[in-house]
Amino acid sequence: MTTIEVTVNGVNYSREVEDRMLLVNLLRDELGLTGTHIGCDTSQCGCCTVHVDGRAVKSCSMLAAQANGAEIVTIEGMARNGALHPIQQAFTECHGLQCGFCTPGMIMAVAGLLKDNPDPSDEEIVHGLEGNLCRCTGYINIVKAVKRGAELLCGNGDKSSRR
Amino acid sequence: MYSFHYIEAKSLKEAGDLLAANPDAKLLAGGMTLIPTMKARLAQPSPLVDIAGLGELTGIELGDGKLVIGAATKHHDVATSGVVKKAIPALARLAGLIGDPQVRNLGTLGGSVANNDPAADYPAAVLALGATVITTRREIAAEDYFQGMFATALEPGEIVVRLSFPIPRRAAYAKFPHPASGYAMAGVFIAGTANGVRVAVTGAGPGVFRWPDAEAALAKNMNPAALDALVVAADDLNEDLHAPREYRAHLVKVMAQRAAAAL
Repeated sequence: MTTIEVTVNGVNYSREVEDRMLLVNLLRDELGLTGTHIGCDTSQCGCCTVHVDGRAVKSCSMLAAQANGAEIVTIEGMARNGALHPIQQAFTECHGLQCGFCTPGMIMAVAGLLKDNPDPSDEEIVHGLEGNLCRCTGYINIVKAVKRGAELLCGNGDKSSRR
Repeated sequence: MYSFHYIEAKSLKEAGDLLAANPDAKLLAGGMTLIPTMKARLAQPSPLVDIAGLGELTGIELGDGKLVIGAATKHHDVATSGVVKKAIPALARLAGLIGDPQVRNLGTLGGSVANNDPAADYPAAVLALGATVITTRREIAAEDYFQGMFATALEPGEIVVRLSFPIPRRAAYAKFPHPASGYAMAGVFIAGTANGVRVAVTGAGPGVFRWPDAEAALAKNMNPAALDALVVAADDLNEDLHAPREYRAHLVKVMAQRAAAAL
């Protein structure tokens, strides 16, 4: 067993965890943050994407022990005071989801993508979301949602005034 | 996943001592290969010695005609480093093609080189650029370091500390990624160096290898057309459900020509 201390969505936690516990199991089973999904469990689908120290990672491919001392943000930490995060808002507006299972991971991956590249091209969006699978949408509306999210994040909510 | 003991190493010395004292121990850096392997119960190392946070393994430095990168440097950091982009842009580009963003945020240069997956990207750059693998015990030339599928010159307990890449005059990398995994079905790194042209191929064979015919042809004429007449022998290449060896042989030439076009 290993004792770890993590900050998740701004809250500090100290837990004694089994050495083999995965980060996604810490989040879901220990902390009750079930917004982070387990999809493939083989590090392909990206449903379990969370941010560790500001970078998007697949929490099914990382040990909880490796996150000791880290600052973690999950999908539950995105909305503020009842208002959706701009990327969540964009997915809603653009119908960037159907069943929604991949959406928490998608949102976290997009947040990572837009942090590195605030105004990505379609090609950059596709490359930037290679770590996330969606079985419903065909990705078309997800790409639209990323572009809309980029607009909202840079404070430009008026589509018509952009390009 | 089978049960194991996790230890966060506080120094390279401690990591080395743990490896020496425990024959079943393994190093953990990004874990992008090791953890999925352990989850699939294909490996059961213990203790798992985490070296990802060691300051001794980080840093990107340019000097004396060489670019030196710490083994624990993540792919994302190589891909986005201004120093790497300026010194060896092809290396930054290669790092940005590994896996997916989440993998690049954890996976490390040293981990990739130590694992020597036959379809990994970094070995092509290390071999083509004639890099030196610097370990806790010695310096190993790329030529001597890679020894076939998942095999390297590393001895038990020896740890990759950093890699030293001589700055080429020009270099380019082209790969045909497997559409699902992103691993190279064939990847070709071409480097024009002070010691001639070097061409390294990954993904196609049981391990990274140089392609002397392409090197000779490009030395005469650094142009994709210089490779037109060459034929890649398929006999020793990989064959699996993704591609027969003849297709991989074809891809090697196409990727080499794409890399040459990008020089």
